[in-house]
Amino acid sequence: MRSFGTPEFLFMLQAARWTVILSLIAYVGGGALGLVLAFMRVSQNRLAREAARVWILLFQCTPLLMLLFLVFFGLALVGYGQNAYFAVTVAMSCYAGAYFGDIWRGAIQAVPRGQWQASAALGFTTFEQFRYVIVPQSVRIATPPTVGFMVQVIKNTSLASIIGFQELTQASQFVNNLTFQPISVYLVAAAIYFILCFPLTLLSRRLEKKLHVDRPSPVSA
Amino acid sequence: MAYTFQFAAVFESLDLLAKGALLTIQLSAAAMVAGLLFGATFAVLRTFGGRWVSMAIGTYVEAIRNTPFLIQLFLIYFGLPSLGISLDPVTAALIGMSVNCAAYTTEIIRSGIMAIPSGQIEAARALAFSTTDIIRHIVLFPALRVAAPALGSQFILVMLGSSVVSTVSADELTATGHILETQTFRPFEVYIVVTLIYLAIAFTLKLLFAWLDVAWFSRRGRL
Repeated sequence: MRSFGTPEFLFMLQAARWTVILSLIAYVGGGALGLVLAFMRVSQNRLAREAARVWILLFQCTPLLMLLFLVFFGLALVGYGQNAYFAVTVAMSCYAGAYFGDIWRGAIQAVPRGQWQASAALGFTTFEQFRYVIVPQSVRIATPPTVGFMVQVIKNTSLASIIGFQELTQASQFVNNLTFQPISVYLVAAAIYFILCFPLTLLSRRLEKKLHVDRPSPVSA
Repeated sequence: MAYTFQFAAVFESLDLLAKGALLTIQLSAAAMVAGLLFGATFAVLRTFGGRWVSMAIGTYVEAIRNTPFLIQLFLIYFGLPSLGISLDPVTAALIGMSVNCAAYTTEIIRSGIMAIPSGQIEAARALAFSTTDIIRHIVLFPALRVAAPALGSQFILVMLGSSVVSTVSADELTATGHILETQTFRPFEVYIVVTLIYLAIAFTLKLLFAWLDVAWFSRRGRL
């Protein structure tokens, strides 16, 4: 039997690269979707508002694991084979999009009404109101919880291992099956995740202090 | 390629799914209670317990909050037996979920405690409240009131996160879904039904927490 040494550690470190890549994909995909959802939530159009509300509600009330399974097996039904890479991309983006959308909706709505009225009185168009008055203030409010949720995304990429995607968690399982040293293997995996997540946690906390946002974040997990 | 959905096979096994859902609810409820009790205790200790206690609890909270639940679960289920402690899947799941949940609730309740103006505690001291009374009436209850909405959403995340314990073969809702999948070869239909059950549980919890929030806190006034 192999023991847990440097080659095994390097193997896990290499797999951690996929954890990072997956997270980045979820940030980009989820960010784009979240932006659309946030603006739909605050739009004048009732249908758009309701559609975005329902989307966010549904995706926030579905386990990410179920989302992964549904996309994974659903894609197979429409003839895309069982492509873990694609499934994880789609599922993580839908999941992250719902939370980003909700955080940013909250940030937009947190800007006091007077700001809308004042900018309207100054003859700003809706676009100009968003561009020069509302969004700059929302970004301040939204940044700490957004960074906080980015930590959740990194941790949740571990679920991709369950549908067979080779990232850090799956690599640890693989190494554990070879070495039978679960404590060392999983503690090292935990340490790698911690090193990825903790700087963001600290950043989120510092931003919260710096930007004087004392309101509890919409996503507390 | 046209695909015909066949839900009949899934509906035949609704009783199995109901059993799985029951375990999901039981596990989540137990983790919520444990999370609330330990979270409240740790939050108070972290605020008033002195430097070392506060540091120890802080380390626990950060370690849990910055690592995936799945890895924590593997450490408990696969790691502990190599130290001579063997756990059955459901116990391992329960311990994992509670340990995980408590870290988040500690942080949520602590931020509730931080929101209490220090003048209130000083005022209570001046009125000769005992420390226990101060913690109970001036600190903990108002802190819980502030934290209630965040605790509610955290508890829903705990319930949703419980699907992960299927990986250590605790027979909850997701694991039951796996079993049905291998029996029926209809994974998509199975997981649609399972997802709908999760949605139903999550919506029920949402309503329940909203009602509890009003019932317990609103009439006594917000902070």
